[in-house]
Amino acid sequence: MMANADFPLESASPIAGGVRRVALDPLSRVEGHGKVTLLLDDAGHVWQARLHIVEFRGFEKFIQGRPYWEVPVMVQRLCGICPVSHHLAAAKALDHVVGADELPPTAEKLRRLMHAGQILQSHALHFFHLSSPDLLFGFASDAARRNIVGIAAAHPEVARQGVLLRRFGQEIIRLTAGKRVHGTGAIPGGVNRALSPAERADLLAGIEQIIAWSRQAVQLVKRLHAADPELYDHFGTCRSSLLSIVGAGGVLDFYDGRLRARDADGRVLADAVHARDYAGLISEEVKSWSYMKFPFLSAIGPREGWYKVGPLARVQNCEAIATPMAEAERREFIAHGCGRIVHAPLAYHWARMIEMLHAAEAIEDLLHDDELSGSELRSSGARHHEGVGVIEAPRGTLIHHYRVGDDDLVTMCNLIVSTTHNNQPMNEAVRRVAQRYIDGQELTEGLLNHIEVAIRCFDPCLSCATHALGRMPLVIELLDASGRLVGRLAGAPDALSSGGGS
Amino acid sequence: MNTPTLLLDGLPVPFSAGQTIMEAATAAGVFIPHLCHHPDFKPQGSCKLCTVKANGRYVSACTMPAKDGMEVENDSPDLNDKRRTLLQMLFVEGNHFCPSCEKSGDCLLQALAYELEMLTAHFAQFYPDRPVDASHPDVLLDFNRCILCELCVRASRDVDRKNVFALSGRGIGKHLIVNAESGRLADTGFSLADKAAHVCPVGVILAKRQGFLQPIGQRRYDRQPIAMQFASLPGSGGNGPEA
Repeated sequence: MMANADFPLESASPIAGGVRRVALDPLSRVEGHGKVTLLLDDAGHVWQARLHIVEFRGFEKFIQGRPYWEVPVMVQRLCGICPVSHHLAAAKALDHVVGADELPPTAEKLRRLMHAGQILQSHALHFFHLSSPDLLFGFASDAARRNIVGIAAAHPEVARQGVLLRRFGQEIIRLTAGKRVHGTGAIPGGVNRALSPAERADLLAGIEQIIAWSRQAVQLVKRLHAADPELYDHFGTCRSSLLSIVGAGGVLDFYDGRLRARDADGRVLADAVHARDYAGLISEEVKSWSYMKFPFLSAIGPREGWYKVGPLARVQNCEAIATPMAEAERREFIAHGCGRIVHAPLAYHWARMIEMLHAAEAIEDLLHDDELSGSELRSSGARHHEGVGVIEAPRGTLIHHYRVGDDDLVTMCNLIVSTTHNNQPMNEAVRRVAQRYIDGQELTEGLLNHIEVAIRCFDPCLSCATHALGRMPLVIELLDASGRLVGRLAGAPDALSSGGGS
Repeated sequence: MNTPTLLLDGLPVPFSAGQTIMEAATAAGVFIPHLCHHPDFKPQGSCKLCTVKANGRYVSACTMPAKDGMEVENDSPDLNDKRRTLLQMLFVEGNHFCPSCEKSGDCLLQALAYELEMLTAHFAQFYPDRPVDASHPDVLLDFNRCILCELCVRASRDVDRKNVFALSGRGIGKHLIVNAESGRLADTGFSLADKAAHVCPVGVILAKRQGFLQPIGQRRYDRQPIAMQFASLPGSGGNGPEA
């Protein structure tokens, strides 16, 4: 339908007969709080679709005036799903502040292990607990069953593997950070403990099974794609640039590397950009209807410069994966694109499982490395007043930027989190799905869940993205032609309430 | 002559003349909750956490001399309820954010909250505005966590002979200050080597750039709950990280 903003359907044009507004609020099976609003005319045509992030947190403000060594522990409280990523991004930024531009090998490897555990547990959580109900039962299937409990009943082995994969990742985090959630392992300049040979042996005893299950998860996603290529290749598809860090030699690297951006056709737009120069690469736009900013590649501008981050971007941005099984899967994925960049949101799941497999393989390699049990845990050097840390969190590129005064207190903090990068792509996917599935239709819970499915592909963490305090449910509201609220989907997916006929 | 003995929760506890109830209990490996008490300093009885019932009267165990035949009630629901309420008031008066506090796991206030099973703060938070003092090159002062125990005041006055700290104001307005024209720690003779730098039972006086160096699992109260530490190390009578 028509729109008068930069992006079709972002803002509704004047409509003769008025519109009704549908709000999906809260969004379910995502982390954090958000809502989707749709403006529909009397015939049910979609005039506007927006993903709103409605909470505000303010970590960037209240970290000011705190001592820098407190930062990695405090800022990880942004999130309970991927605190390790915030913990490590902050520690990396502060490594530079304490002059530790090169960590002792033991420290860097322990951090890499901690992060691989994080990728493993978060990807398992997202795929098995949050998304598999949509993918295995169908987007419009019975809402009462469309959850992890339903999966446990219908596919007990899948549910069990999801739980145990996550547990293994959490155990790695516990052993490297001291706790499964919100530990203290990374400190500016290094880490505070190493792994004993006995701890490594315990973890190694279980890794073969973890790798096998991770391989099976990739096969499961491939079967889903093969069973319905029309859906998986086109559902909510929106072309955009891609952004991620890429490790030395062009390999997939979650922990460290330089920023690379490709355009929607795969041409490299920017490469080998150091984290400290991120501000020259991307800018952020603010819109009145969301607390989440809209980043874009500065050289291209807000209209065309938006980009995707996360598994789909990373797997296509790198030239190789350093572990053999994941690399074989990456090649198959690239071949699926037939020489073109895959932009389909549902392909995020495929890429995510390839990454989970890589994390499992990388964990095994690291656990065999005796340097994990070394004793040199920290380094330091000449102090600096500023540091930028970049890391690939499960959901995408995560940037932490701090300035620290001579008195050791933080004077400035800027956080650009993974989900924020994906703000425009998620909004675009919502609009594509609204246009394709909702436009002109009688609204049902199952149809509206299609919008949530599109958002879930990106595995958004809306709490992180707004640095907001609190829960993350999502809301969908429906307004009639005069702007009256006629329908609202809130809380549980089956909670579509009618305020005058929806 | 028989050794004088008191009955602590029904348990005979011998003591020597001049000892307080706290000293007698500590020597016997019995824990009496406390915050402002420290075996190295003269007791002042201000925090009231060590309140016990001696012969039916509420008294401070850290100041009350032990007496032969005295019946002392310590670990009882009535006393622990009162202690828990005192802790809750201390928690809401300051800004005690354990999740990001580097003293977590080594903090006496936190250890007592666990020991006395404080599950919520109960009272409305005050959220006072207390800027930190980071002026000193080696030591950070985070006033958000001060519980007014005066251990730093006593240590700086009685041991270091520097009088760096004092309490100012009255009642709810009472607060810790630094004795300098500017009010800044950097403008005093304070040193990280001072006794006062190492007696804070909470996270106010902190050696800079040391936070979180100790991994979870190796911090003082990770190893054993505070009451068990007293039972296993009778006579230690500790209060701060040094004990």
